[in-house]
Amino acid sequence: MADNIEQIGSNQATGAGGDSGGASVDKNRRRTLIAWTGAAGAVAGIGIAVPFVMSMFPSERARAAGAPVEVDLSKIEPGMMITEEWRGKPVWVLHRTDGMIERVPRTDDVVADPGSRQPMQPDYARNELRSIKPNYLVLVGICTHLGCSPSQKLEVGEASGLGADWNGGFFCPCHGSKFDLAGRVFKGAPAPSNLEVPPHTYLSDTRLLIGEDSKRG
Amino acid sequence: MGPMNALVNWIDERFPLTSTFKQHLSEYYAPKNFNFWYFFGALSLLVLVIQIVTGIFLTMHYKPDADQAFASVEYIMRDVPWGWLIRYVHSTGASMFFLVVYLHMFRALLYGSYRKPRELLWILGMLIYLCLMAEAFFGYLLPWGQMSYWGAQVIVNLFAAVPFIGPDLAVWIRGDYVVSDATLNRFFAFHVIAVPLVLLGLVAAHILALHEVGSNNPDGIEIKKKKDPATGVPLDGIPFHPYYTVKDTFGVAVFLAVFTAIVFFAPEMGGYFLEHNNFVPADPLKTPAHIAPVWYFTPFYSILRAVPPMFGSQFPGVLAMGAAVVIMFLLPWLDRSPVKSIRYRGSLYKWALALFVVAFLVLGYLGTKPTNVWGQFGPWLGGADRATVVARVFTIVYFLFFVLMPWYTRVDKTKPEPERVTS
Repeated sequence: MADNIEQIGSNQATGAGGDSGGASVDKNRRRTLIAWTGAAGAVAGIGIAVPFVMSMFPSERARAAGAPVEVDLSKIEPGMMITEEWRGKPVWVLHRTDGMIERVPRTDDVVADPGSRQPMQPDYARNELRSIKPNYLVLVGICTHLGCSPSQKLEVGEASGLGADWNGGFFCPCHGSKFDLAGRVFKGAPAPSNLEVPPHTYLSDTRLLIGEDSKRG
Repeated sequence: MGPMNALVNWIDERFPLTSTFKQHLSEYYAPKNFNFWYFFGALSLLVLVIQIVTGIFLTMHYKPDADQAFASVEYIMRDVPWGWLIRYVHSTGASMFFLVVYLHMFRALLYGSYRKPRELLWILGMLIYLCLMAEAFFGYLLPWGQMSYWGAQVIVNLFAAVPFIGPDLAVWIRGDYVVSDATLNRFFAFHVIAVPLVLLGLVAAHILALHEVGSNNPDGIEIKKKKDPATGVPLDGIPFHPYYTVKDTFGVAVFLAVFTAIVFFAPEMGGYFLEHNNFVPADPLKTPAHIAPVWYFTPFYSILRAVPPMFGSQFPGVLAMGAAVVIMFLLPWLDRSPVKSIRYRGSLYKWALALFVVAFLVLGYLGTKPTNVWGQFGPWLGGADRATVVARVFTIVYFLFFVLMPWYTRVDKTKPEPERVTS
């Protein structure tokens, strides 16, 4: 095989360079040809890989499944929380009592990002309570650490199992991240940021739309 | 010439049958002093065959569909004739695969089997180990139980921590915004064909590389240095077949006795081989109260949990977990000892190895438990979880074993190696 290549190479060299005796091979020319052939092959390889790689992204059907979800708020008693499914993720709607609202500022010193500086919420929810209406907290119920769904620990103190100074919030069973009643992550938790507030808007006083910003601005 | 010989001759003229048999079995000379630790290479090959055979038959009944997957596994367990046996052999095989591979790798640490000229052999083995981890991870999603689902969720989200491209990368791996039917379907493809193909190729390369350089042995000396001048056969070598085929057959018998005992009497192994939460169908809206990977991943999982988030990102933990695996690739160049085998090494290496084993086991144990398993320290340590602090200490021990290796293997007081293998 190697002999054949040698043969072909020297024939070409002879053809190009006239009567050089057949033994001389233009090594530079050969190297250049090999390099260009290899480069062309690599480009073709990348081109062929594109459809395969792209086929692994979400399909049109999966993309379309991200439609907004409507929630009837009149069914949620004060202090209660419901879980809705949006884009396959759990979205929590917590009806905060006035007591819960009062307890949120008490955790300002122990949470990592009290001012919600990280963009984990739409601008209209970037406030002390991380909500549009103080009484309703809307959160994506997925821990920002590694995607587990934290459990409700809405009770205060020892009843929650999280110690006497617990003001109510959420606790991730996977790696122990704690969040307060505004979804703000505690300092020292494995989760790097606050729970995400999804885009949401109120269609009326009791109708909430999750997954869409207000069209009226 | 009998008809059998005639057939063999006919084949040999067209295919290297006899010469291949000689090269890899009857005239492959292995050191005569192999001991207990040398069973596990052959045993991992056996488990590979078991996994492929049982896997093929499971594929005949399993449905890679989010709506049907869990039920189809229950169907295999209850309705398919002998389905329970095939499935339990496959699930037990997964754990036993890691067990024999870990023992096989520990053997390399004992006798310096990764040292020159076996660096490539070691790297090929490490690649097999990586493939095995991928294979186990993809396979664990298929029963579509709670642990399948949330385990995959956690691991895929590790990729989301990669700076800049992370979130898109995670979506690309899942094929959806959450772990879903699309994810299950592609993991099935990876588990039953893509990874096994690579795995088989690597195993073939691993064995070819081994037969090129020859096996190491408990003395860590090269038997090829002392050959019979007349035959060229190593003086301390014996043909693999029949000597080690017979020895390995005995090992296989003992191993299968243990294996079948597990299959019949403790296939779940108290929640370590098959986690209890995986008997609950996957629920994307509810995370189980305690989530942990299967035991063979837990040392690395512990390292992931032990590293605190830095700069508002948990990428450092992901990086540390990856580094814990990747650093093993470098062993052949980290070890600077003049001897290979632990028999002739000094006490420094023995202590280092012992500490490493303890670290690996403690990290492995802690990875199966929630971080509050040992309660909290008092206020003097800020009320930190005891288990987290211990995991951090042993994570450091784990890495120091590798990072300090160039130093302690060089200054260690070694004994002279023998000229010929000892018994």
